[in-house]
Amino acid sequence: MAKITYREALNQAMCNEMERDDRVFLMGEEVAEYNGAYKVSQGMLDKFGPRRVIDTPITELGFAGLGVGAAMAGLRPIIEFMTWNFAILAADQIVNAAAKMKYMTGGQYDCPMVFRGAGGAAARVSSQHSQAFENWYANIPGLKVVMPSNPADAKGLLAASIRDNDTVIFIENEINYGDIGEVPEGEYIVPLGKADIKRVGSDVTLVAHSRMTGYALLAAEGLAKQGIDAEVVDPRTIRPLDEATILASVAKTNRAVVIEEGWRFAGIGAEISARIMEKAFDDLDAPVARVTGKDVPMPYAANLEQYALPSVAEIVEAARVVCNRA
Amino acid sequence: MTTKKQDDNQAGITQEGRFYSAERLHAMHDMMLYIRRFEEKAGQMYGLKKIGGFCHLCNGQEAVCVGMEEAAEPTDYMMTSYRDHGHILARGSDPTAIMAELLGRAGGIVGGKGGSMHMFDKEKNFAGGNGIVGEQVPIGTGFAFASKYNDDKRVSITIMGDGGVNQGAVYESFNMAALWKLPVVFVIENNQYAMGTSLSRASAETHLYKRGISFKVPGIQVDGMDVLEVERKMTEALEHARSGQGPIIVEMMTYRYRGHSMSDPATYRTRDEVDEWRSGRDPIVRLQKQMIEAGLATEADFKQKDKDIKKEVVAVAKAAEAQPEPDLSVLWDDVINDEIPNAYPYPRQVG
Repeated sequence: MAKITYREALNQAMCNEMERDDRVFLMGEEVAEYNGAYKVSQGMLDKFGPRRVIDTPITELGFAGLGVGAAMAGLRPIIEFMTWNFAILAADQIVNAAAKMKYMTGGQYDCPMVFRGAGGAAARVSSQHSQAFENWYANIPGLKVVMPSNPADAKGLLAASIRDNDTVIFIENEINYGDIGEVPEGEYIVPLGKADIKRVGSDVTLVAHSRMTGYALLAAEGLAKQGIDAEVVDPRTIRPLDEATILASVAKTNRAVVIEEGWRFAGIGAEISARIMEKAFDDLDAPVARVTGKDVPMPYAANLEQYALPSVAEIVEAARVVCNRA
Repeated sequence: MTTKKQDDNQAGITQEGRFYSAERLHAMHDMMLYIRRFEEKAGQMYGLKKIGGFCHLCNGQEAVCVGMEEAAEPTDYMMTSYRDHGHILARGSDPTAIMAELLGRAGGIVGGKGGSMHMFDKEKNFAGGNGIVGEQVPIGTGFAFASKYNDDKRVSITIMGDGGVNQGAVYESFNMAALWKLPVVFVIENNQYAMGTSLSRASAETHLYKRGISFKVPGIQVDGMDVLEVERKMTEALEHARSGQGPIIVEMMTYRYRGHSMSDPATYRTRDEVDEWRSGRDPIVRLQKQMIEAGLATEADFKQKDKDIKKEVVAVAKAAEAQPEPDLSVLWDDVINDEIPNAYPYPRQVG
């Protein structure tokens, strides 16, 4: 297996899918001549030409809607948002059009497309460019929400998302783009809706997605030194959620901490902890703990930014609390 | 306008150098009248509380629906906003399925999932029926993008109103369509009122066909109460788009006789104004007069036709009403295509 970056893995997935299916095209701001704002689409214009790799004006609502129409007409668009912060401008097309089109048309029109781009907190870019929106989209019937935490998953999940016949919200992580990992060469598919156990353990379950998976793994190392054996479960797909894998882990460890970068109120952790309470109440030896971003807009100053985000130390502390070791 | 015998002895009307056969004129007339009577029936059913929710009728705008469809190819895409009954009827979709949709029945055109605002017929290339003002404009631009991508010469007829034209999405679409020379005809049905707000209260530039100037999108203004002019100008516009010259705006000057929706008494306009359009410019009466003058029909013919159409519409309403409501099990259908078993939310169940 080759060691490549998260961004190269995404690039491979797109290139492979575009080679096998002429209906797939990539559209977004700076995706072509600039090679991508985060270089995810590096070299794709040269490989596929301007018919299939298309630079747009800065017009999120417009090109998101164009993608919806193209999907309804039978193409398989990949619509890149430079970041998910800007996708708010396109929310009408995602929520009112793409998500509902199949249902609202009595099954006549499909919307097989991927909206993708960088999400989560970036570095030192303040309130409008550092936010996690997976809970917004995960709330909406008709959408699938996918968030890879490492390069191999990035490749396999993106390929699966492009082949999926529904609208997929694919949220990458800006900080993770440079991460290096082993990635299978050639065609590689990670099925949607399947969680992955990133570390096996017996004392506490840490459920974490996207960048927080890495934090949870670091926390697990720290906990191991304190004699606490943590299991790390990465849902990978937020919606639909592989509840069974999470519940099976909790049945084994009897304790759970759910970690997310996004805000606490009505977040992904709220959903997951509610489901553990509903379905695994008797398995629990302690209330489920949540580690989340603080309920404030992201500040700029380095110390404030760090304080606003979940930290490895907070995860360790939360795990100790649910293990009665605090 | 003259009556003209063609070489094949076909009777008809020639207007602005374009010949319309008697058969075609009758078809256009009958469809306009059908839409009028269908909408009246829908209004009646709404009054009886058999139709729920929002219901926007297009009485007065029939020439736009029918003239455009006459000019279009069946393979051309068409989509509009929520005032959609007339357009989908003109496309040739099944009236019983449309009425059944209004009534929330199992045989509705989208199975009772959409109602008045969400009429779709993929087989007829009719892509809605979109409920958010202006939302269909980028979508229609996307259909045009697909046409260009596939190089299949299909044009996207993307319809909006004089209210929708103030949405930002419209200008984003004008810009992209012009940049990439997409085959789209942007039709603005200017019925003078965005809900209760008159054009001049909502638009700084009231000549809506000029709204594409900054994007180099040409525009034309059409008498939308004259079905023949609509057909003619729309044919030109479609040719413009189909030949690779990019988008074009067609502003149809028209008028809706009823309020914005069924709950709107339309107190924001005067009786005189409505009467002026209704009695002076009605598209159906206008075509009838032209056809009578040309010796293609008599007043008695039209009276009989009206009776026949009213009867047909009654039968359609009866057949639609006789249908059952959708089975509760369909609640779960068509949310997604690729269901993932054992993942939450579980396909087809609660919990």
